[in-house]
Amino acid sequence: MATPGKKMAPRDNGAPDYKKYLHPLMVKNYGKWKYYEKVKPGVLKHVAHSGDVLYTVRAGSPRTLSVDTIRKVCDLADKHCQGFLRFTTRCNIEFQVTSAEAVEPLIKDINEILGFPVGGTGNSISNIIHTQGWMHCNLPGTDAAGSVKALMDTLYEDFINERLPQRVRISASCCQINCGGQSDIAINLQHHHPPKINHANMQICELPKTVAICPVAAIRPATVDGKDSLMVVDEKCMYCGACHGQCPSMEIRDPQTDSLAIWVGGKTASTRGGPSFMKLATFGLPNNPPRWPEVGDAVKKILDAYKESAKPYERIGEWIDRIGWKRFFEMTGFKFTKYHIDTYRYARTTYNMSTQVRL
Amino acid sequence: MGKKWKIKTSTPKLDELEKGPWPSFIKELKTLAERKPAVEHLLGQMEQSYETNTNYWTGTVLNLDGYGGGVIARYSDLAKKFPEVAQFHTIRVIEPSAFVYSTKALRELCDVSENHSAGILQLHGMTGDILMLGSTNESMHTAGEALMEKGWDIGGSGGALRTLACCIGPARCEMACYDTLEVTKRITDTYISQLHRPDLPYKFKFKLSGCANDCANSMQRSDMPIIGTWRDNIQVDHAEVAAFIAEHGVDFVVDNVITRCPTKCITLKNKKIEIDDKNCVHCMHCINVMHKALAPGKDKGVTILLGGKRTLKIGDTMGSVLVPFMKMETEEDNEKLIDLIARIWEFWGENGMEHERVGEFIERVGLGTFLEGVGIEPDPQMVKHPRTNSYIKFEEYTKPLMAGEASKSPLVTNKEVEGKETA
Repeated sequence: MATPGKKMAPRDNGAPDYKKYLHPLMVKNYGKWKYYEKVKPGVLKHVAHSGDVLYTVRAGSPRTLSVDTIRKVCDLADKHCQGFLRFTTRCNIEFQVTSAEAVEPLIKDINEILGFPVGGTGNSISNIIHTQGWMHCNLPGTDAAGSVKALMDTLYEDFINERLPQRVRISASCCQINCGGQSDIAINLQHHHPPKINHANMQICELPKTVAICPVAAIRPATVDGKDSLMVVDEKCMYCGACHGQCPSMEIRDPQTDSLAIWVGGKTASTRGGPSFMKLATFGLPNNPPRWPEVGDAVKKILDAYKESAKPYERIGEWIDRIGWKRFFEMTGFKFTKYHIDTYRYARTTYNMSTQVRL
Repeated sequence: MGKKWKIKTSTPKLDELEKGPWPSFIKELKTLAERKPAVEHLLGQMEQSYETNTNYWTGTVLNLDGYGGGVIARYSDLAKKFPEVAQFHTIRVIEPSAFVYSTKALRELCDVSENHSAGILQLHGMTGDILMLGSTNESMHTAGEALMEKGWDIGGSGGALRTLACCIGPARCEMACYDTLEVTKRITDTYISQLHRPDLPYKFKFKLSGCANDCANSMQRSDMPIIGTWRDNIQVDHAEVAAFIAEHGVDFVVDNVITRCPTKCITLKNKKIEIDDKNCVHCMHCINVMHKALAPGKDKGVTILLGGKRTLKIGDTMGSVLVPFMKMETEEDNEKLIDLIARIWEFWGENGMEHERVGEFIERVGLGTFLEGVGIEPDPQMVKHPRTNSYIKFEEYTKPLMAGEASKSPLVTNKEVEGKETA
């Protein structure tokens, strides 16, 4: 082919100019918004100091979109929203209109033409953020997109309603790198043994880099069948898979043994007690495509307990902080085991160093 | 099953994901499979993954001429069975701040995707970028060229700056304490070379949120969270406070506002709210609940943190405070931020190990050493509390390993330390 790269090389276009993509009322009232109101699940009303009002209708999306669907989304935005729209951090689509009367016809088109639900605002379960999985990643042990689709089917009513004590954010990750992020509930893959080394194919790997990447220094140089290779000290290895990303011949995944674990209580906002990390709730759920029913069952147990006993404004982590982990395990029916007790860095800081126990 | 489904590949497992009320990504792929052979073979390969719980993509590094990032290259391990996905690469396109689009812009992306790729777009990837799936070794060049022609840009893979992401900010939110959209664009444009050509120890992510609600998930999903805040008093509209109390009752305000304040700096006296603003930590909770009555102060700026990331390798980390407060309004403020980023990259770039995120680097060398390296004075707001162990290496006795000479450190007996600008 011609050398298109030669044309491309000097271009530094940079970020697109967002100013061209803002709804006219956003341009007019930029930085001059006064307050917002929740109209109903999935619909927000923003009021500017100028008196202008902008209604936002939030629709759930499968994230992976065909150009056909995106063109339909554009048709809707042209018809209802003056040709502008936006996406949220959690892959929802937001359509904006300037009058209350325009809201229902827009929702009708979103439901009927796109087949997308409207919701995800306020005290709901918003769209689940997830990783790439079997569609395009080189490292996944599961397909987060599939389990997320199945889980959102299960949790659908909590997307289109605002009936939870506080918002619930969920994420899913396909390997222990966990690109899915901290959330109130996370579904993450768990590996269960050290990498299996393909000594015959180590020439594709940079061995010193692979040794260096191990966080617990479990990888050592070795000579196998007269060729340079690596070995893993099994007792040190914690099955994180860092080496696998660096060296594909260190296979960490295992279709027979990989399983899913559920984590709870993550939060990124600095509101109230501040951000918090997720903690292990339950583990050993089968990696069970195409619909991973055991994941849906476990998440429902957590949500049922949360709905029953959380107070208003308590995120899942804040609710558990108040009621204590003993009660959490009782309410969900998950068994607390020695594997719930941390063994990595700072493990001791997670022990209960007081006489404060719930009896 | 979609009624127009005419292709040959049978996908009984994936078909199960067409059921149920939530929109199905499998339906999206099937729509395309009728005219895109690569998508039919993608479905075939995914079906096999669903049968065997095994992944069939091998990653490699491919780039457009002049670029060191922006393409996520994948070769199929099942290329004999599914030759149409033998090469199936993703292009990472830089998204507009706050994910805002005109339909014209989105249609442009659709046309490039349709003509040079598989017709699949993911809006958006977890970093924030637009993912265009399904280019070959050849068509990734024509796709890249078509994107560049229209003014789009690509980048953000390998040891490079990643595509930035931010919340809706002042475009549609009364809580935004700075212009997240503009700062996102400025950092992107200033450091576009770092997006294109990896020269950092490892990836570096910025996420920008207009307030502590952190709608961009910056705290833990970015190396450098930049979060809006204010340093004067919360704005109180007493008439709206009275209206709120009248509507919800005193008990509701006590239970959900007063007692939920993390520093107990709000009191309710005679149905009026009093705030000890000196003790407010700008967490946003009271403003979230009473958003008509309360608003962030007027003297706004940002808190800058450093070191957030997900699990690999040392375990999850949150960003921690680097600059407690900085104005973010003028050209000068922006230049200060750009300069701070340069100092961080220089020190981390010089001393960080390969594949070591900045948070991991700080953990290894210590925050104190890091601060000296980037020229920022220690501040009690950077820690939860001072150290509890007595194993201190005073530098009069032990030469530091990096970031400064022993002579630069204050004497142990010196009580006065000269203050510098924090950023």
